[in-house]
Amino acid sequence: MSLVVESIAKRFERFPALNGVSFTAPQGAFVALLGPSGSGKTTLLRILGGLEFSDEGSVHFDDLNWLSLPARERRAGFVFQNYALFRHMTVAQNIAFGLSVRPRRNRPTRHAIAKRVEELLALVQLDGLGKRYPSQLSGGQRQRVALARALAIEPRMLLLDEPFGALDAKVRKELRGWLRALHERLGLTTIFVTHDQEEAFALADLVAIMNKGKIEQYGTPEDVRSAPKTRFVAEFLDSAAV
Amino acid sequence: MSRGPRRSTEDHPLLRVTLGVVAVGFIGLFLVLPLTMVFSEALSRGLAAALAAIEDPDALAAVRLTGIVAAVAVPLNAVFGIAASWAITKFDFCGKGLLTTLIDLPFSVSPVVSGLIYVLIFGLQGWLGATLRDWDFKVIFALPGIVLATMFVTFPFVARELIPLMADQGREEEEAAASLGASGLQTLLRVTLPNIKWGLLYGVLLCNARAMGEFGAVSVVSGHIRGLTNTMPLHVEVLYNDYQFVGAFAVASLLALLAIVTLFLKSFLEWRYADEIAATHRH
Repeated sequence: MSLVVESIAKRFERFPALNGVSFTAPQGAFVALLGPSGSGKTTLLRILGGLEFSDEGSVHFDDLNWLSLPARERRAGFVFQNYALFRHMTVAQNIAFGLSVRPRRNRPTRHAIAKRVEELLALVQLDGLGKRYPSQLSGGQRQRVALARALAIEPRMLLLDEPFGALDAKVRKELRGWLRALHERLGLTTIFVTHDQEEAFALADLVAIMNKGKIEQYGTPEDVRSAPKTRFVAEFLDSAAV
Repeated sequence: MSRGPRRSTEDHPLLRVTLGVVAVGFIGLFLVLPLTMVFSEALSRGLAAALAAIEDPDALAAVRLTGIVAAVAVPLNAVFGIAASWAITKFDFCGKGLLTTLIDLPFSVSPVVSGLIYVLIFGLQGWLGATLRDWDFKVIFALPGIVLATMFVTFPFVARELIPLMADQGREEEEAAASLGASGLQTLLRVTLPNIKWGLLYGVLLCNARAMGEFGAVSVVSGHIRGLTNTMPLHVEVLYNDYQFVGAFAVASLLALLAIVTLFLKSFLEWRYADEIAATHRH
């Protein structure tokens, strides 16, 4: 019951985005993909979410051949950097979307969906805002709607792309603690992409430091910090410490 | 009236007045005056004469034909426009640049040439002429040719309206829908189409106005058979050449009315749904 990523390679037209990436994460782990822009971390996340396809390699999760499943059958809750909320739907409709598009035989009743939406709104502390439109929310609120929408489908794993990238420092710190608490409560395997090492080390159980389409070092925040394996890692950690 | 010092964004009063006069004069001379002339000429022998000209069987047939042509060409072009913009903005494929350029072709080709193309293909001496004659299916000098020519000319309107809008909206919402379990069709119906409905409506309105008003291409393929293959613009020409000025201007005022109604509808939609239209752009 763990996530096993093996030798994932992906080439875009002119440059390789991923050069054989492998890592293993136990069920329920909170993994950060940390690296400078262009290191391939978002591409890796999108491959896990089924939004991009790898040229080589395999991914197994929960005994599932993960890459053979199309995006819509993976039940991977994906939270986009810019949230990608459906702008013409209310908050409640956004959250209900994943349930309402299920085939009729698996679809909860209208009443059950409404109840689930209420629960999720409470979970992300947005009670009473179900009738608003995304454009009427603050950045932090949109972020939480996006998370609630991803959680509504009872995801097998959570994939977060720079979840706090578009927020100001104060909201970012608040949401960080809140997200960690939520993770403890739900126990979902969560992969998140960030270029902010403070964020990665504060949140994650395991950190993968990426550079030029490869993982330079993978381990607990303590290990990575105390014993950088490569020169790149040491310099990368240094550069932010200044 | 006391005034403070001029703000830096404020131009010299004389310049503003001059620009205003030029703009208003231009609009008056080239847009309002001709439009007024159309209506005043139509009514020059009284309302009864104008109405009689419109109730003429040939005029009614022209109105009906124009309606049929628009009713076929506009929905087809709307479907094509949606499909093309969806493909161009949401997917990467080989030949995308070529397709984008081709969509604009009807804008850059003279309508007369567009008409001639169809004569060369479907006319009696054309590539498919003999085959079509054997099947007893008339394209040129008949309804199918008029519809084809109209479609060619109005081809880009919907796609041109939608491509920039959809490119601006990006693919993320579609990706989100897929990751939430939606099928392609569900994504199209529940995410993509609602996001583009206003742009689509504009495109359809403009497409319809042009479809009903098209002269050049239709003129080549129609054959000008009164009461049979004359659309409204062609009927106006026929009447005018026959020195039936009241009739010509009466039918022309119908077309002008159509243009005014189109503009009014467009402005009304922009005013009524300003918030929603703004919300469908990236926030």
